[in-house]
Amino acid sequence: MTVPAAIHARFQVIWPGFTLDVDLRLPGRGVTALFGHSGSGKTTLLRCLAGLEQQSRGVLHFKGEVWQDSTRGVFLPTHQRSIGYVFQEASLFPHLSVRKNLDYGRKRVNSGHKVSLDHAVELLGISHLLDRMPDRLSGGERQRVAIARALATSPELLLMDEPLAALDLKRKSEILPYLERLHDELEIPVFYVSHSPDEVARLADYVVLLAEGRVVIAGGLRETLARLDLPTAFTEDAGVVVEAVIADHDEAYHLTRLDFSGGGIFVARRQEALGHRLRFRIHARDVSLALTRVEGTSILNLLPVTVIEVATADTPAHVLVQLDAGGVPLIARITRRSHDLLGIAPGQPLWAQIKAVALLA
Amino acid sequence: MLSDVDLAAVWLTLKLATVVTIILLIVGTPIAWWLARTRSKWKGVIGAVVALPLVLPPTVLGFYLLITMGPHGPVGQLTQFLGWGVLPFTFAGLVIASVFYSMPFVVQPLQQAFEAIGVRPLEVAATLRANPWDAFFTVVLPLAKPGFITAAILGFAHTVGEFGVVLMIGGNIPEKTRVVSVQIYDHVEALEYAEAHVLAGGMLLFSFLVLLTLYSRKGATSWK
Repeated sequence: MTVPAAIHARFQVIWPGFTLDVDLRLPGRGVTALFGHSGSGKTTLLRCLAGLEQQSRGVLHFKGEVWQDSTRGVFLPTHQRSIGYVFQEASLFPHLSVRKNLDYGRKRVNSGHKVSLDHAVELLGISHLLDRMPDRLSGGERQRVAIARALATSPELLLMDEPLAALDLKRKSEILPYLERLHDELEIPVFYVSHSPDEVARLADYVVLLAEGRVVIAGGLRETLARLDLPTAFTEDAGVVVEAVIADHDEAYHLTRLDFSGGGIFVARRQEALGHRLRFRIHARDVSLALTRVEGTSILNLLPVTVIEVATADTPAHVLVQLDAGGVPLIARITRRSHDLLGIAPGQPLWAQIKAVALLA
Repeated sequence: MLSDVDLAAVWLTLKLATVVTIILLIVGTPIAWWLARTRSKWKGVIGAVVALPLVLPPTVLGFYLLITMGPHGPVGQLTQFLGWGVLPFTFAGLVIASVFYSMPFVVQPLQQAFEAIGVRPLEVAATLRANPWDAFFTVVLPLAKPGFITAAILGFAHTVGEFGVVLMIGGNIPEKTRVVSVQIYDHVEALEYAEAHVLAGGMLLFSFLVLLTLYSRKGATSWK
């Protein structure tokens, strides 16, 4: 995927025991996930983009504007950057009602409001909370208000620092649909810091993988997750993301067929209408391989694939096999023994048996 | 019950404490802000200087202020050059001395309030397009309100209760520098115990009420 580099970010931050050193050209729309373990520099990078790290050296070009250029002494202060920032923990002003929190940034923006307040309120489902004080809100509600508050300033760039990290699973699943709507409805680039592969798979279009303050990989979501040279820490959870369309509902067996260019996948009956687009994730450990189309198996999902490449996995007992399913990359994690027995080599046609798919919506 | 002289002393004391509290809130806020935010190596030095009146005998502070503001001191030379005369034994001189003397009682609660707020609310305000001044007045000030109330009460009460500095800098001039604490001293010197009782009892009651107010509002948050 070639990406028009609307954002050029080169930063150097040096602290005792930690150095961030990145040089990124990033797309001007869609969701870019900054992904990595804690301490990898994701949040620091996000703060550099926002201008919150005043000691950072480097360059930030945003859609033709220079926000920072240390060699020329240019540093646009945070309050002059057209950004929205959602902090990891609740950051609502405790002395202001939800409505006044929403108004705080909004009334300080003089240019036209591309995102109306009503739209932000409706998008995040918070219209019934407007007159409450922040301490009367649940954690999930607070984060939704914080997101709406950032959106209400009509930012040209939305920065989100693990907005779900402080929430339990139930609250997370309460907010994720709202984030997906943002992804679908907003035209602005979103940078989303996360250490959860599932969140990234569900929301991102573009992934920047960071480790120890450096960029390990940056690229489109599907290509990146299907790469075999990811650091070991990520291959134990290796898997790919596939986008598919609901093609058929089998009422008798309560199944739904999802079609993508590599074939059809059956999942338990979905409520969505035909034609609805869904993302699902196939973990490498849930894919097994066979030389022929296996008969007499309980596994429902069999896809014809071609071997692209074989790589070492996180354990010496396993290998990762990169496959092509009608142009969509898949990864299978199989034992080295099976690999040798089947004589797997690049270019070989095989059948992939998919034991499970994780639907991401 | 109170003679005119006593009433004048009470009035002067209240006037002094009010003026000093207002000046301290204006001067103390930037100092407390700087102390709460800075990573400068001077933080310790400035913090210690501000806190000195907590431990110094008031006579020591009063002595140095007297020297500095007196006709041969640097401040005294300046004020004479400007045609203001010298400050000791005037109300203005008393105000300046009291500002120094009560400074820690205003700066320290403010500094603690600013430290408790932390940088995050300011960062949030900046991402919502508020410039630093705007953020200070719309976010920090309301969040630090309990700190400001504590600082104002302590600064006021401490100024009402000063004696040594007043004696060194202000002397005992009716309606100019004779505050309640000095007036009590005068009454006792003159063996007017009944009059001393009234003023001393009033001070006791005032101080108790101030501290009662202060300690009952601990833990209460202001924005509700």
